[in-house]
Amino acid sequence: MPTTVPLNWYLILSAILFGLGIAGFIFRRNIITVFMSIELMLNAVNLSFISFSYQLRQVDGHIFSFFVMVVAAAEAAVGLAIILTVFKNRATLAIDDVSSMKN
Amino acid sequence: MDAILFLLFAAIAVACGINLVVQTHPISSALSLIGVMASLAVLYLLLGAEFMAAAQMIVYAGAIMVLFVFTIMLLNAGAEHKKGRSVIARLLGVPALIGFLGLVSFLIQSLLPRSEEVRFGAFTGGTAQAIGKKLFTGYLLPFEVTSVLILVAILGAVVLARKEI
Repeated sequence: MPTTVPLNWYLILSAILFGLGIAGFIFRRNIITVFMSIELMLNAVNLSFISFSYQLRQVDGHIFSFFVMVVAAAEAAVGLAIILTVFKNRATLAIDDVSSMKN
Repeated sequence: MDAILFLLFAAIAVACGINLVVQTHPISSALSLIGVMASLAVLYLLLGAEFMAAAQMIVYAGAIMVLFVFTIMLLNAGAEHKKGRSVIARLLGVPALIGFLGLVSFLIQSLLPRSEEVRFGAFTGGTAQAIGKKLFTGYLLPFEVTSVLILVAILGAVVLARKEI
């Protein structure tokens, strides 16, 4: 058994997690779970950034990943406030029921 | 040792990711997401990103997920109801996802055929000192803009969560 793994595997893991995030975003009907799928996608991208940072031996990828983290925190704060407001007005969390902009 | 750690925590991350998508109750999805984030923190450590591993645990698995769990508790969110989905989506969804992931993995393997081996300790530039130096010299303007973004997010959350809307 080899003692190390190639950097490719980290990128493939990142792609798998991103694909799972897309699947959750499309398949789930609960607005909170959809939101968590977005966080999963952001995490996958962070892993990609840090892998490339390792390959290039530069710290810039960590900085980008740090900014992604900050944006995710801001997004979570605003998004969950929006979810609270939607729930207060419509008493539902299913995204199928929140379709007033559809017609 | 590196290979064992990578395989173990990659397996945990993928299993928790699948569980996140499959579970119908949001609190199970939230706990799975915490599992993904914690195992990603270990992978960051293997890649020499010690500051980012700590930030991942504190900011993501700590702060953001507490916000999620708090919202789930506040809204008393239950399991989602199964609605009728189209037959095409039910039949082709999972095979299409597996095909897409296989294609992406194949592309990564073929575009980067000889990527280097990841050794723990080969890259030690991810310390808090190195990141702080870079952040306050090369990336000072984006860092300052970030503080404005956070301020806007706080104000937006306060306005949205008021009673009158």
